[in-house]
Amino acid sequence: MEISSRQYVDVVVAAPVGRIDHYSAGQLEAALIPLLEHSGINKGVVLDFAGVEYISSVGLRVLMVAAKQMRTREAKIAVASLQPVVAEIFAISRFDRVLDVYPSVRNALEKLSAPALEAFNAA
Amino acid sequence: MKRVRFWGTRGSLPVALTAATVHRKLMTALRAASGRVFASDAAIEAYIDGLGFPVSGTYGGHTSCVEIETGGPEYVLCDLGSGVRPFGQAAIARHGPGSPQTYHIFMSHVHWDHIMGLPFFTPAYIPGNRVRIYGSHSRLEAALRRQQNEPSFPVDFSVLRAEIEFVHLKPGKPHAVAGMTVTTKLQQHTGDSYGYRFESNGRTVVYSTDSEHKLADPLETDGFVKFFRNADLVIFDAMYSLADAISIKADWGHSSNVVGVELCQMAGVRQLCLFHHEPASDDEAIERVLADTRRLEEITRTGEPLLVSAAYDGMEIEL
Repeated sequence: MEISSRQYVDVVVAAPVGRIDHYSAGQLEAALIPLLEHSGINKGVVLDFAGVEYISSVGLRVLMVAAKQMRTREAKIAVASLQPVVAEIFAISRFDRVLDVYPSVRNALEKLSAPALEAFNAA
Repeated sequence: MKRVRFWGTRGSLPVALTAATVHRKLMTALRAASGRVFASDAAIEAYIDGLGFPVSGTYGGHTSCVEIETGGPEYVLCDLGSGVRPFGQAAIARHGPGSPQTYHIFMSHVHWDHIMGLPFFTPAYIPGNRVRIYGSHSRLEAALRRQQNEPSFPVDFSVLRAEIEFVHLKPGKPHAVAGMTVTTKLQQHTGDSYGYRFESNGRTVVYSTDSEHKLADPLETDGFVKFFRNADLVIFDAMYSLADAISIKADWGHSSNVVGVELCQMAGVRQLCLFHHEPASDDEAIERVLADTRRLEEITRTGEPLLVSAAYDGMEIEL
């Protein structure tokens, strides 16, 4: 699974691509760890899921643990641009009630950080 | 093995329909029938069948008790929840109180919702009947005796006149019982619980209730995939949503429909039956979970379809 990321002031946008299943969820977890601990990211992490085809319960658990960790820093995890199948998985698992889900990365940045949105728009 | 029959499908404690709920079902049915004339009972039956299960029926409210009909003369049950009472009544109605029977009862664990039915299991009071209670807990017998001691119950365990025997099953080791091969597996639940794999004549049924899946250890997942491998039917604790099961209800010892689908898909299971329903869930809520689970299976399917059902009191599944 490929994961790219880019920082916009105080928010990082990370974009995994592919399937987040029982075998690849560990890669997502490993990629998130340094972001969760980065002192310069004090508003949060936006996960751009435009390239994610599927997520399993193990993958959803990674998101839950990351969100919990960010809350201790008063920061957030947001998920954006869900593909239709992934959006259904979020709804069926009721994860759409416990994680912040947005139609687009821009919508997520709008909620999290005005400076980050400005930097995203300028990029 | 020929079929599985569910006598109790709720978790935690028994629940019952209220007058208000029955009234609501009748209102829905009659409103939908407005203007129709039914020429026969068959026409009424056909109309009822089209109403949807939450209106025409109910998932019921007895706690865990599942019968496996082996085709042989002896009875096989999983757990002694309150559902064992109607099972016992049916067995006596079928054979009469004077016809001794043998009952093999496999216990997942000894929490009260899984043992509460024994004091009301009439065959256990009748001399000549044989009741063999199997489990992997060291305190199985003590737990069942204790619930029928003063001050908890007015009829002491010693009043049960059937020949009652406790049989310890070593986890992971196949045991031959009632014409089946039975294997238990330790599951994550406070005080431990055990799943059962029953194999006979080319058919496999897995009973896996009160089992939490932490999702943090791939080896744990692999262990359950192996335990469920190629089963015809997996009866699975789907008490909570995935979100609840791994957050606010973490360590409560239960699982979700999402994990049930994933494990069964990985294991090549033929049918998943959602079980141990949350007592706060009404019929509509369970029906929604069933619809969601079927949809999840459909959108994540990569091989053969996995049949998905939700257990209700009185349901029968042919094997």
